[in-house]
Amino acid sequence: MLAKRIIPCLDVRAGKVTKGVKFLENVDVGDPVAMARYYYEQGADELVFYDITASNERRGIMLDVVNAVAREIFIPFSVGGGLRTLEDMRAVLLAGAEKVSIDSGAVRNPAIISEGARAFGSQCIVLSMQVQQTGERTQVPSGYEVVIDGGRVFTGRDAIEWAHEGERLGAGELVINSIDRDGTKRGYDLEITRRISESVSIPVVASGGAGAPEHLRDAFTRGAADAAIVASIVHYGEHPIPDLKRYLRGAGVEVRDAITLEVR
Amino acid sequence: MIAIVDYRAGNLTSVKRALEHLGHLECEITDSADKIRAADRVILPGVGAAGATMENLRALGLAEVLRRDVAAAGKPFLGICIGIQVLFDHSEEDSADCLGVLPGVVRRYPNSVDGRQLKVPQIGWNRVRQMQPHPIFAGVPDGTHFYFVNSYYPVPADSSLVIADSDHGVPFAAAVARRNVIASQFHLEKSGAAGLKLLDNFCRLSF
Repeated sequence: MLAKRIIPCLDVRAGKVTKGVKFLENVDVGDPVAMARYYYEQGADELVFYDITASNERRGIMLDVVNAVAREIFIPFSVGGGLRTLEDMRAVLLAGAEKVSIDSGAVRNPAIISEGARAFGSQCIVLSMQVQQTGERTQVPSGYEVVIDGGRVFTGRDAIEWAHEGERLGAGELVINSIDRDGTKRGYDLEITRRISESVSIPVVASGGAGAPEHLRDAFTRGAADAAIVASIVHYGEHPIPDLKRYLRGAGVEVRDAITLEVR
Repeated sequence: MIAIVDYRAGNLTSVKRALEHLGHLECEITDSADKIRAADRVILPGVGAAGATMENLRALGLAEVLRRDVAAAGKPFLGICIGIQVLFDHSEEDSADCLGVLPGVVRRYPNSVDGRQLKVPQIGWNRVRQMQPHPIFAGVPDGTHFYFVNSYYPVPADSSLVIADSDHGVPFAAAVARRNVIASQFHLEKSGAAGLKLLDNFCRLSF
């Protein structure tokens, strides 16, 4: 049985890690390479980097970060933020990322999902979607709407429908990031996570809102998530990853025992 | 020199980075038959589909090199992920005829087991049970988690080839070995300290 994954998320702006609270006040919490190494050693199962100021001039800085991380950590990590073309994806994968995460770019141009899957394999393509509860209506029957551009633009697209479309187009994994919960520490949005996870055959990653160990337990049980993204809950040292895993193991959730071994 | 076989797939550089991190600096990503023949050890890594992998290996003239000059010649060989699957006779993926170095076939994970949905591809960390002592696992506790990314799994015709197994809805061979040929379904280069340990062990094995 697969272990439930804990995935620290590092928002990177101009080569430095920040954590957006509701995508507003950004608090600088450090150097991405040092933080990646720290989480790797702590037993993180995977990492995700979001380039939150992705622009063409800045792309080079991010690629340097990816390169440096790939030389030091030997668990999978994905990179997202502003990836729009196959060339963007290729550059990040060649620099050493295991997966690319696409978000707003995929909503604007869904073909990028299938093109990416064809070129690099579905396992490389993570479709990240920001969702917000905006009320049930004909166009948005689930009541959860896809939003893009850091939560600023409403698309009128139903989140569940978009998840299915993403799977059909070849995404290998889905990240469900709740805008309502992001930065609130009130817990993941279990309802949308579960509804999507139970209706697709690819892994689903819960994101947005983790503030306590119970929130992770809930994501993995009631939310039916395969993995959970964590940020502030781990970034400020309040709940180190080993503590989270100890708690989850005690709650009956299968997690990976990170082992330390002398290798040379 | 350790040759990392370049057959135009992804994930080649991460194996090289891991080897370099371990201090095995003499490694090269190559599609040269001569270099592969001259190498002390050969690694066939990567992610990809069986059909495309076999097509590329054949087009590059490497399928026969791997069969004859590596596997049959006793050269230490390590297959990772798609690199384990193409060792067998045939894969359900793309109905591909594979290298036939080991007897058996490669099947797709079922979409459901006992009415319960199974996520395919298998993406994540799964517990690996060591079925028989093998030096590749030296120093690694039984039951350690390794990182898997696959939709297909090998079914060896000879169960004595299986040195470790795991379970994703169905039990499957997670690692196989026969003399100089060793292969794993999981990504050693992405499995943290335990994966690095296996990679390091491979680099030190002699037969």
